[in-house]
Amino acid sequence: MLERQKMPLQDPKVRATNFNEVALGFTKEQAVEETKRCLQCKKPKCMEGCPVEVKIPGFLKYISEGDFDSAIKEIKVDNALPAVCGRVCPQETQCEQVCVLSKKGASISIGRLERFVADYERKKGVEAPTAPEPSGKKVAVVGSGPAGLTAAADLAKMGHSVTIFEALHAAGGVLTYGIPEFRLPKEIVRAEVEYVKKLGVTIHLDSVIGKIDTVDELLSEFDAVFLGTGAGLPMFLNIDGENLNGVYSANEFLTRVNLMKSYMFPDYDTPIKKGKRVVVVGGGNVAMDSARCALRLGADEVTIVYRRGEEEMPARAEEIEHAKEEGIKFRLLTNPVRIIGDGKNWVTHIECINMYLCEPDESGRCKPMPSAGTEHKIETDVVIIAIGTSPNPLVPRTTQGLEITKHGTIIAKEDGATTKKGVYAGGDAVTGSATVISAMGAGKKAARAIDEYLRAK
Amino acid sequence: MPFKILKKQELVPTIHLMDISAPRIAKKAQPGQFVILRTDEKGERIPLTIADFDRDTGTITMIFQAVGKTTTALANLKAGDELLDFIGPLGNPAHIENFGTVILVGGGVGVAPIFPQVRAFKDAGNKVISIIGARSANLLLWEDRMREVSDELYITTDDGTKGHHGFVTDIVKKLLEGSKKADRVVAIGPPVMMRAVAGVTRPFNVKTIVSLNSIMVDGTGMCGACRVLVGNETKFACVDGPEFDAHLVDFTLLMNRLSIYQPEEKLALEKYKCEREGCTC
Repeated sequence: MLERQKMPLQDPKVRATNFNEVALGFTKEQAVEETKRCLQCKKPKCMEGCPVEVKIPGFLKYISEGDFDSAIKEIKVDNALPAVCGRVCPQETQCEQVCVLSKKGASISIGRLERFVADYERKKGVEAPTAPEPSGKKVAVVGSGPAGLTAAADLAKMGHSVTIFEALHAAGGVLTYGIPEFRLPKEIVRAEVEYVKKLGVTIHLDSVIGKIDTVDELLSEFDAVFLGTGAGLPMFLNIDGENLNGVYSANEFLTRVNLMKSYMFPDYDTPIKKGKRVVVVGGGNVAMDSARCALRLGADEVTIVYRRGEEEMPARAEEIEHAKEEGIKFRLLTNPVRIIGDGKNWVTHIECINMYLCEPDESGRCKPMPSAGTEHKIETDVVIIAIGTSPNPLVPRTTQGLEITKHGTIIAKEDGATTKKGVYAGGDAVTGSATVISAMGAGKKAARAIDEYLRAK
Repeated sequence: MPFKILKKQELVPTIHLMDISAPRIAKKAQPGQFVILRTDEKGERIPLTIADFDRDTGTITMIFQAVGKTTTALANLKAGDELLDFIGPLGNPAHIENFGTVILVGGGVGVAPIFPQVRAFKDAGNKVISIIGARSANLLLWEDRMREVSDELYITTDDGTKGHHGFVTDIVKKLLEGSKKADRVVAIGPPVMMRAVAGVTRPFNVKTIVSLNSIMVDGTGMCGACRVLVGNETKFACVDGPEFDAHLVDFTLLMNRLSIYQPEEKLALEKYKCEREGCTC
């Protein structure tokens, strides 16, 4: 059996000091070589593993034939953001997990190949697709993150007139404020957003829905509304010392670094505290991103504190691996108890306790339990809390008849329909913190449902 | 979409007025709310309280003191220039209703955001007693406008160059101790002033509201930079505030958190001045 192609990477020592992209991308030869491993299954499992239903064997076949133009066209039928997905999707738990080759060693590198053809097209110049017959219907999309962009792109392709309202000064949602440059260059996000605009979508930046306009007001101007408002409010641990100077939510830390470019302070105006020692609490992609940003800002020592074990970490396997290569320390089965200050309101230590995993409960997850008497202190200048977010309340608070769960997430059916007529929702606003691709899948489903709703109207 | 500056004026030394053309925001703005702005591509997002709004002309008025890099750069802009981003109206509107008698206290640049509240409380049928204070007479803001909308107006200066020689709290205390019954106090100004007002009103058990000017990034609840402790609970000034019950606010924490970036702010301002005025450093 042919060997899986290795992704060329920036050297860990070098990349730990810059914000340039870590993975450099396959060469043409590597891409073609890699696709030769594909068995072109009659019943391709990989497609079932893709939340946006990309026709994977089809585009792989085109690559194997050296026809990269047709390959990217095939992907874009179903996915408007391939350069993003190729970089940030957790393929190992989706398409690549169900690839039959994964049982015989290693699956096809579907994500890396998707990235390859998307990058190929971007370098060449993206062609504007032909405009469909206008439906005469108008749809407002709230939020320009993965869910919103996908819903907007699909609705535009169906002929609807789509306007996106974005609260921040740049489009992309978490792709822009959250995921760092070294994992997803902002130039790529901008290019994908440009493609969505080429489909005919209008984007209004600096527009906080719930404030400048309510959803009810949007409904007087638009025939339907899609809410892709994301997971808004950062969660904290609710332990002592969390409001000390030097304690950040991951959202704040990453927004300062990525959206505001504080790693280039004072050339850019937004400051950030660069600790010599940094502790990040959490085990997801956001925790990995925060830790690796802190390292690149010049920290000598960055430690991830996570209450479960490595097996249980929700981060992509590749991110954990890259973090380790770069020298990030992992303190697993460890949980913070309190954060300690110097008496002048600045962080000096975080006190943690060792944890152990008990037997799995009905949900299958092992509940971590503290081991009494194992409290210990870790010296640190900066603490970043990356334990998830809860949905932003601005839209639900101002929308009549839009019901939410007790966790604050918007109640929506499988197709995105909310409790309010003509209003659909998807992504983290509905599920709570999840992945880029699941948000895109939700955007796609909602676009279909909105299309049906508008055509029946 | 850039936002045009329609008017720019230095009201008193270092304190500037700016009218921005933002019809969609002006249509919705209410007393107590704020905007977030960014001057240019490399700029910081800073929150400023709305000092006035005109729905007919579609303008938002802001009053700010040039203290850091962004506000200094903002002060150097002129009518006809544009702001890159202007976002709002953010935060919850002030709670305006007919309480009876309301004492409104504005300190320093805080006179600006207190003004639309004075007007709104007056329109709601309250008797409004306003107290405005500054370090010195030449730094006193909007005396005429405040007089126009207040039933009574008191002036204090730290150096005694105008009105009462002392602090706004002296007047608040005198009023509460005297025959003036107050049903509500609203104070906006430097955190030390707001803390002092809270201290004075607490023994009289008068509900006192303050507007907190924490550090913010997005202003929509996303980052948590603006977190404050109110009644021992963590709140986000941007979405839960900016107004809170002064008797429950942890002002020490607020002041500590406001000082986080002091060294960086100093550096950014020095760099800006160097680049603008030219220097050999």
